[in-house]
Amino acid sequence: MNPVQDLIKSLAETHGRKRENLLPILQGVVEKEKYLSEYAMIEIARELELPSAEVYGTATFYSFLEHRKMGVYTIRVCKTITCSMKGKNQILEAIEEMLKISLGESTPDGKFSLLQTNCLGWCHKAPAMLINNDVYTELTPEKVREILKQYIQPTQN
Amino acid sequence: MAFDTYLLKRADFIFKNENDWEKILDRTLKLPPNEIINELMSSELKGRGGAGFPTGLKWKLTAEAPADEKFVICNADEGEPGTFKDREILTLVPYKVLTSMAVCAYVIGAKVGYIYLRGEYKYLVPELRKAIKEFEYFCNEVKHDFRIKLCLGSGAYICGEETALFESMEGKRGEPRNKPPYPTSVGFKQSPSVINNVETLAHTFTIFKYGAKKFYDLGVQYSRGSKLFSVSGDTPIPGIYELELGMSLQDFVNEFGDGDTKAVQVGGASGFLVPRKKFQETAIGYKGKLSGISLPTGGSMMLFNSSRSMYNVLDNYLEFFREESCGQCTPCRVGCQQLYNGIKAVKRGEKPTSYLDKLLKLTETMKLTAKCGLGQSVANSFSSIVENFREEMIY
Ligand code: SF4
Ligand code: FES
Repeated sequence: MNPVQDLIKSLAETHGRKRENLLPILQGVVEKEKYLSEYAMIEIARELELPSAEVYGTATFYSFLEHRKMGVYTIRVCKTITCSMKGKNQILEAIEEMLKISLGESTPDGKFSLLQTNCLGWCHKAPAMLINNDVYTELTPEKVREILKQYIQPTQN
Repeated sequence: MAFDTYLLKRADFIFKNENDWEKILDRTLKLPPNEIINELMSSELKGRGGAGFPTGLKWKLTAEAPADEKFVICNADEGEPGTFKDREILTLVPYKVLTSMAVCAYVIGAKVGYIYLRGEYKYLVPELRKAIKEFEYFCNEVKHDFRIKLCLGSGAYICGEETALFESMEGKRGEPRNKPPYPTSVGFKQSPSVINNVETLAHTFTIFKYGAKKFYDLGVQYSRGSKLFSVSGDTPIPGIYELELGMSLQDFVNEFGDGDTKAVQVGGASGFLVPRKKFQETAIGYKGKLSGISLPTGGSMMLFNSSRSMYNVLDNYLEFFREESCGQCTPCRVGCQQLYNGIKAVKRGEKPTSYLDKLLKLTETMKLTAKCGLGQSVANSFSSIVENFREEMIY
């Protein structure tokens, strides 16, 4: 068995093989693999005995279940109204400049991907972004550069 | 004009740290279910997610529905732009929500409860799991057979719609179902289910602890109790505030505005925009027999000052809707795209300004024919912005 098959098997074992367990399994694969490849979706379908079209149809409905390869860190900048009023564009520019990528792209080393997303529920501390599951709020271009630096060079202890 | 509003009044129930939840739970679980339902009904608590269905009645209908298996579900898929109160509740006072879920389970005869948490709040999971574990341990102690499971969303606003949420929990695309049947008879896994917003459950805790009268005495007729407001935009004091229902928007602006407020969006992207000239005659509360305009809200209050272009605001909302429409029904799927492209075409001068009236007609059609609240509510922000700030749409 290859690593993806292993992963899917163990996820199915933890969550169960019923239809209602599909989402946690998809989420588990995205967490590890950073996306759902066509291969992974077919394997999930096999494991759960579902038509692969059903798996694909469900997976592509949710914006956090990526089916393009993402970086180790996916940055999602909120683009909804308050964040957009409070300088979301400057935040995006700062990130693009620092990582040398445009919105929707990943860095060549596969470390970062940059996306926009809808309201994160931090509008009172706008602008806000997510890096994987971690929330960063009240951003300024300087603050964003500081945050990214920590991701680029992990602090040594 | 005789206008039945309060001056803005603060309340402090939800975030008050109560360290006696075990006692409250134990005490409430000893009451007959009927009595608990009656208490909720007499408090006149309505759902705080925005729709405003009487909570006591929801529990009663589900309790009366004949079935072997029933569920209680906490809707923590807070996605309305401008809303962030549920996150704060789950962070600061999760045990209030868990207690109310356990009481609800007892009342309706459920053994399992679910919290459906939006993917954007995934970082909350470890703390929540800890709270649930501690809570279940106590339920065990008092011999209340009840388990709580956590489901995680994956970035889809529509999953906050209750039937879409069930679909998502069942491992499918989050597409709303036809209603009726309502969740009280056919909900999660086709079983009768109570689905309540996080804040609603936090309020029921207040009622169990202090009694219905305490709650009923807050607010105004038809809009009883207090409510959390998520305040953002052009305000010097953004944040979460618990206020009594029924205040006039003018009082709200006096308190939270920056002195230059030109409009307030009440209820997020799916709510209504109120321009300055209507602040005085607008009250915040459920539709009732108040004179003047009464606007319901899930709690999102966004303030805009005169430096803001209302065209940009509408453009941003429409972009949101066209991305978040589940695509299941044509009026909403196509309608959202048409509105989004339509205002751009008018702005660029590619369409005459009368095209705005065609778009307004389109929102009326969407309101009548869209299957769920998302498609139906696009008309709210669209028409209230276009009608009040028409010149900003054009020039
Ligand atoms: S109104 Fe929109 S969101 Fe609701 S069912 Fe129709 S397409 Fe889906
Ligand atoms: S608008 Fe960005 S967090 Fe709400």
